[in-house]
Amino acid sequence: MNSRTEVKTIPVEIDGFQMKVDKGSTILESAHNCGIHIPTMCYLEGLSPYGGCRICSVEVSTDGGKTFRVSASCTYEIHRPIVVKTDTPKIRRIRKMLAELLVASAPNVKLAQDIAARFGINKVRFKIEDNRCILCGLCVRMCHEQMGGKALAFAGRGPEKRVSAPFAIRSEICLNCGGCDSICPGKIIPCQGIKIPGELCGKCIRPDDMPFCCPTGTFGCFCENNPLEIVSQPR
Amino acid sequence: MKRLESIDDLEKLRKAIIEKNKAYIKTVALCGGTGCRAYGSESLKNAFEQALKEHNLSDKVRLVFSGCHGFCEQGPIMIIRPEGIFYSKVTEDHIDLIITETLIKGNIIDSLLYEDPTTGEKIVYEKDIPFYKAQNRIVFGQNGSIDPTNIEDYIAIGGYSALCKVLNGMDPTEIINEIKESGLRGRGGGGFPTWQKWESCRNANGNLKYLVCNCDEGDPGAYMDRSLLEGNPHLVLEGMLIGAYTIGSQEGYIYVRHEYPWAWANAGIAINQAREMGLLGENILGTGFSFDIDIARGGGAFVCGESTALVASLEGRMGEPRDKQHLHTVESGLWEKPTNLNNVETWANVPIIINNGAEWYSKIGTEGSKGTKIFSLVGKVKNTGLVEVPMGISLREIVYDIGGGTPNGTKIKAIQTGGPSGGCIPSSMLDIPVDFDELTKVGSMMGSGGMIVMDEKTCMVDVARYFVKFLKDESCGKCLPCREGLKRMDEILTDIIEGNGSEEQIELLHELALVMKDASLCGLGKTAPNSVLSTLQYFRDEYEAHVIDKKCPAGVCKDLITYSINADACTGCGACKRNCPYEAIEGERRKPHVIILDLCQKCGSCMDVCKFNAVVIS
Amino acid sequence: MEFSMVDAIVDQHGRKPWALISILQDIQEHDGYLSPEVLRRVSERMEIPLTGLYGVATFYKTLKLVPQGKHQITVCSGTACHVRGSNRILDEIKNLLKVEPGETTEDRQFTLNVVNCLGACAIGPVVVIDGKYHGKMSASKVKDLLANFRS
Repeated sequence: MNSRTEVKTIPVEIDGFQMKVDKGSTILESAHNCGIHIPTMCYLEGLSPYGGCRICSVEVSTDGGKTFRVSASCTYEIHRPIVVKTDTPKIRRIRKMLAELLVASAPNVKLAQDIAARFGINKVRFKIEDNRCILCGLCVRMCHEQMGGKALAFAGRGPEKRVSAPFAIRSEICLNCGGCDSICPGKIIPCQGIKIPGELCGKCIRPDDMPFCCPTGTFGCFCENNPLEIVSQPR
Repeated sequence: MKRLESIDDLEKLRKAIIEKNKAYIKTVALCGGTGCRAYGSESLKNAFEQALKEHNLSDKVRLVFSGCHGFCEQGPIMIIRPEGIFYSKVTEDHIDLIITETLIKGNIIDSLLYEDPTTGEKIVYEKDIPFYKAQNRIVFGQNGSIDPTNIEDYIAIGGYSALCKVLNGMDPTEIINEIKESGLRGRGGGGFPTWQKWESCRNANGNLKYLVCNCDEGDPGAYMDRSLLEGNPHLVLEGMLIGAYTIGSQEGYIYVRHEYPWAWANAGIAINQAREMGLLGENILGTGFSFDIDIARGGGAFVCGESTALVASLEGRMGEPRDKQHLHTVESGLWEKPTNLNNVETWANVPIIINNGAEWYSKIGTEGSKGTKIFSLVGKVKNTGLVEVPMGISLREIVYDIGGGTPNGTKIKAIQTGGPSGGCIPSSMLDIPVDFDELTKVGSMMGSGGMIVMDEKTCMVDVARYFVKFLKDESCGKCLPCREGLKRMDEILTDIIEGNGSEEQIELLHELALVMKDASLCGLGKTAPNSVLSTLQYFRDEYEAHVIDKKCPAGVCKDLITYSINADACTGCGACKRNCPYEAIEGERRKPHVIILDLCQKCGSCMDVCKFNAVVIS
Repeated sequence: MEFSMVDAIVDQHGRKPWALISILQDIQEHDGYLSPEVLRRVSERMEIPLTGLYGVATFYKTLKLVPQGKHQITVCSGTACHVRGSNRILDEIKNLLKVEPGETTEDRQFTLNVVNCLGACAIGPVVVIDGKYHGKMSASKVKDLLANFRS
């Protein structure tokens, strides 16, 4: 091994802490390595970062702290010195709104509830929907990157965006590995009956007696003792 | 078409074409832009050609089916040169008259002349028409003299001489300096200094570099790029050739949105002709410089106007923007190679700058915004069309001196610039100069050039919802703030428009807008809230009227208005009753008619047909 | 549609990735839409995973995956047309044909589309039927216009 091999490190400041990080590592990775917690939703170590939920947003400065811009920390690769702030009032406002949007869209998804609770959301000012898929894309990345299958991908655009197998029919190349199901934060219990071909989150048969939230009362869940208040007007 | 082997060959050809054209006594330019085509100018052209044959004038009169002239309200447009006689709204019935009276006898046909709506004066010559007088058509002006499907026309007016100047001894650093001195900033909306982009791309690592021309003009109401690419494709090609030479690229792509069939057809013809002549491809003009261009069609996605989404689309993927803040397209773009992407109008300015010099160019415009900008002036304005004005001109001059004000004498309420990513500028600020930074200061932006005039009959809340709805469907859907944010903004605005809104919702709208601005992944999401933010800033009273008084002051929002007939003005002609699709109007002949509110669907048909202004909205 | 024709179109464009949308659009001209069989063929011929191709086909509005009506009606909803009342025209057509944008009438005669600006703003509001532009439209003129097409 060449002792003169240079390991490229970049000096970075996160929340006032000075550190040297590997060139090309992300802000999120660098922060986590130093014990600075940045909340995430669509990020999972081991899968490539997606940058879809923006909950890991932080303020980044490339001019030594004079001006800051908001960026997702999971996809921001560090190639030059930067100053990062992970918990400013602006970031908190952003996270709160994102959490409110998320839980208004998918109140029955445990991860959405957890995130909302963590950010102190107890009012939802938008019309409540009941989506079971939060479009985090973990299933797609699991399928492509970890399982080597290519049976799932995003389809559609904008409000029609969804995760789908081609033509909504389970693909012939699906390995039936169950990786997508296991990684899904919606924590849908795989139905015990006949699986509807090609369809994932939300369409599986959900037992009627399944309570609104996680029954074990894990931190942050909404339940009878801490109900979610809906203040938006009914349609 | 003979292949040109040297710069000398091109100059010889140029002289030969000009000489050949001297044999024609007159040139008739008939507009073949999409707008005039929609008025039937293609069949008009065919009929005119036939008529010239019949009069034995085919070798004395040169008929040019030209690019868009810009004065679309008056189409089909015909200009007779060398005099510059301007005929508007020409139809096939006029052909014989034009040939016998004007071409042969030299007489002007009064009925075909443009009549100035303010003075009532009939104007004969193009140069005297107020619409054109206040413009500075250094880029767009060429359209009216050439047939875009004939490379010889472009060569005759001096085309490809900028390329020759460059190949004849300008080195890339010189060229970049010239562009720098000119002050050219991107015309696609970003306003980024063009020279900087070129320099970064030139200095980027690697020998394989790409050039892209963005013609995905998605802003509704804007069609400048279409008219440039369709009407003068060679100008764009020449710009790209100069860019390619400077940056060191050999492959370029023109990305044209699907909805512009003549733009990609004409660009394709231009590319083929340029290749045949040796102006594109290997060893251009014998100088050893090689560069070729392919055309890629868009699939109907506004988001592909964003550079990284466009690159994704070129790579055969969904048009999702890339979230790599630190990595610029000029260093890593198409297939991760350095890629220089510029808008059609930006490319079109390049030959103009090289030919005339940076000093000349930088004298036009303001300190921060040099040169001219082509705007599409549309909406509630008399003279709709494409206008090219020097930067620094005020909105007032554009809308009144060139546009002629509103068609029905209604008051102007706001000017919307920058497309869906832009904002509404209230009429109280009409004196602000058109300038990248000035427009951004007031909460709007230059954008690609859409300029929509809105009058007192335009509801600003409805405008905000229009843009939000547009962006909601065009969003790629990847990031939460944009996808969910736009959906919720649409819901709230719909509630407000339907009379179910509350003041809390207005606050929520504002809060949501600020988060979207910061947290969205790409420019589309970040600028999506602009229409809401600017209308809230300048027209909050309209929002409040909708939620507090449950009224729409402009009389637009269906749920908050009622149609009725003013009995004093109604003559009982029955036109409204006959045209009402819902049979919601009652009345006897010669007696005032009445609208049955329960059946009225507020379609507005009655108002459209009433000649006595008896239908009122309250 | 015959696979040989699909192959011909793919090859004609040199199987280039940047021509993918053009390829799909040219193939679509034939039957008016892209069937699953045709997409699978393109996926094989161009060696693109089907999931990716399906993503592209569902992302771009001009690509249709369901059979279209005999006549394509496109209402321009660009800002200029909107300000001149294109909404009312769209509502009128929706009422007359009983379909939403993107849908085809039951008798398969008409498919209604909405497009964001055709660039013919001076003659707005614009309605295009089977490629022919109709300018200065209004809600009252629409009924007669559609009647011409009913076969």
